[in-house]
Amino acid sequence: MKLKLATLAVAAVMAAAPAMAELVFPSLSYRTGPYAAGGAPFADGYADYFTLLNERDGGIGGVKTKVIECETGYNTEKGVECYESTKGEGALVYQPLSTGITYQLIPKAEADGIPLHTMGYGRTSAADGTVFKWAFNYPANYWQGASDAVDHILDINGGDIKGKKIALLYHNSAYGKEPIRTLEELSKKHGFDLSLIPVDHPGQEQKSQWLQIRREKPDYVLMWGWGVMNQVAIQEAANIRFPMDHFIGIWWSGSENDVLPAGDAANGYKALNFHAVGKDFPIFADIQKYVVDAGKAAGSGDNVGTVLYNRGLYAAMLAAEAAKKAQELSGKKDITPGDMRDGMEALEITEARMTELGMPGFGPSFKVSCANHGGPGKAAIQQWDAAAKKWTIVTDFYAPDMDVIQPLIKADAEAYAKENNITPRSCN
Amino acid sequence: MSEQFYFALEVMMNGLMAGVMYSLVALGFVLIFKASGIFNYAQGVMALFAALTLVGIQKGEIPFAHVINATFGTNLSTFGWELPSIVAIVLTAAVMILMAVLIEKYVLKHLVNQEPIILFMATIGLAFFLEGLGDLMWGSEIKKLDVGLPQGISETIETVTNNWFGYGFFIDRLDIIAAVVAAILVTSLTLFSKYTKQGRALRAVADDHQAALSVGISLRFIWVLVWSIAGFVALVAGIMWGTKSGVQFSLSLIALKALPVLMLGGFTSIPGAIVGGLIIGVGEKLFEFLVGPMVGGATENWFAYVLALVFLVFRPQGLFGEKIIERV
Repeated sequence: MKLKLATLAVAAVMAAAPAMAELVFPSLSYRTGPYAAGGAPFADGYADYFTLLNERDGGIGGVKTKVIECETGYNTEKGVECYESTKGEGALVYQPLSTGITYQLIPKAEADGIPLHTMGYGRTSAADGTVFKWAFNYPANYWQGASDAVDHILDINGGDIKGKKIALLYHNSAYGKEPIRTLEELSKKHGFDLSLIPVDHPGQEQKSQWLQIRREKPDYVLMWGWGVMNQVAIQEAANIRFPMDHFIGIWWSGSENDVLPAGDAANGYKALNFHAVGKDFPIFADIQKYVVDAGKAAGSGDNVGTVLYNRGLYAAMLAAEAAKKAQELSGKKDITPGDMRDGMEALEITEARMTELGMPGFGPSFKVSCANHGGPGKAAIQQWDAAAKKWTIVTDFYAPDMDVIQPLIKADAEAYAKENNITPRSCN
Repeated sequence: MSEQFYFALEVMMNGLMAGVMYSLVALGFVLIFKASGIFNYAQGVMALFAALTLVGIQKGEIPFAHVINATFGTNLSTFGWELPSIVAIVLTAAVMILMAVLIEKYVLKHLVNQEPIILFMATIGLAFFLEGLGDLMWGSEIKKLDVGLPQGISETIETVTNNWFGYGFFIDRLDIIAAVVAAILVTSLTLFSKYTKQGRALRAVADDHQAALSVGISLRFIWVLVWSIAGFVALVAGIMWGTKSGVQFSLSLIALKALPVLMLGGFTSIPGAIVGGLIIGVGEKLFEFLVGPMVGGATENWFAYVLALVFLVFRPQGLFGEKIIERV
């Protein structure tokens, strides 16, 4: 009896003791629904990186990390519900993984004092840190992506694309329309003809669009698509015998999912990317050892090294590095979302640091600042090899034309500030 | 003739082909609605489930491998075989029949003589269940479906039209196959419905459950039969659409393309599904070609519904639907 009482007492004391501090990183994922094939590998990569840190390094600065997954189904309403239901659990930074959810969360996160990281998606003008104090979209955004794509076309045409015809095939949504303004400005600057070809959601039927492309014979087609729109577009391009190496997708139109269904016909298709592909990096040996082989992988492990897995991994690495920076700046291990924001704003990713992390050359070096939450916007071109079933990075990282983009970012951020009565802060 | 005219003609022909693809999905809805008065919300998901199962069986994937691996720490993925397409299609059809039996046993049997809205709600539940089951059984990644159907431009048509008109028409070979398959399906189903004992029984059940029961028709058998046929039609639709885009969970959204077809053709007419599909296909493509550029494009989705609504104003039962007169 005494033993039982003593056991109960110990259990009660343990239950009442404060929980060990954890660094909480919510993951608004979508593993179900029409876009699951894209959401699952990203979520796996994001979760596996934090598992690796816990298992190999004991967390960040000695504090364990915790990933809370919440299923959004890529649905904006559910995404907001996920945010509301997890923000009270010590969330340090949100990665909404949807432009629609991002637009809803920008004012909420600002009011709650929790930073957002919309890596390669979301509201482009969030790159302006003077207006968007709590939102970050480094290392690249859509406008920079549009400029990088044009840079590539300039590159392969000896710097002269005057009179060339470029068509933009885009998802008829806020996301798909993002690059239009930038491309219109670039078309004025470089003298190319731009034609705009929208595709309605979800994009399963694109016959009209590809008949138009077959007739107009553009020299290049750029694509801003997601989900089934990508696979159908690549198949239809093959159907009309459009040269695949003249078909360039944004980074959300360049995963294995997008090209595999078309088989050999997808050979040569190109897409932008702001990080490395494949698993020829030392970090993957650690992921295999500490995460996959240990049975702690978020998925079945067969996604490791795919484009979207690597993107999730890269996003997690950037979040972890910002948390580490926040610990240094605040002088405490158990950081708050406010500390995290400061860490993100002071983040510097160098080649030396990426090498130290087992990810040499995985992405461009860059530095975030108070005024620039958008990073350098550099992206390289990856090309699909259908026989080997793999992507290969075939160019260096292109630097976007900030002379064109910066005024657009400034104008959009100022308009947002005016609409929302925000006084831009000084970053001097 | 001007190039503009030939292009319009090409758009129209491709519209007809796209319409056939919509009709393949609409057919499944019509069959079930005809036999039981149920608007089967799960028809799109049935096409997805059938296509997932087909790829899984063909490639020898182990069902529920992800769940088994996560639970027991195993590393299962495939049985190590690859089946010929025809065998995989037959086995998938058998799975769809089994599914029809289970749906009748666990869902429909308990809802005899309930209001149509109750049955409709049950099919919503069924859609969610099948989507989740498909995910658990076969995983959520996009799969390539290859049952040997040709894809890409028909070079024969391109060459012939080029020789005749000086303008090479684009027609996708997959669309031609879909048109032939749809024609065979509609003819067989119409003959079945009109001239076989089961077909007549099916129509009797559609008219009145209780009256059909009173003359000795087995309601349960008819329901299994009709859900099996609808399952087979879903498999055909899943093969055609899955070949085009890969088998993925957005396949369930093809149901959205079938709705205006049903509204226009009528919920109870098998030929109506085809004619409705053709009208919607041609209408949306020509509208996109003629008016799209003036309004910023991407008109196809909403135009299909507007066109169907216009028809509804004049024929609420659709072009070929039965006029329902209820006397109080």
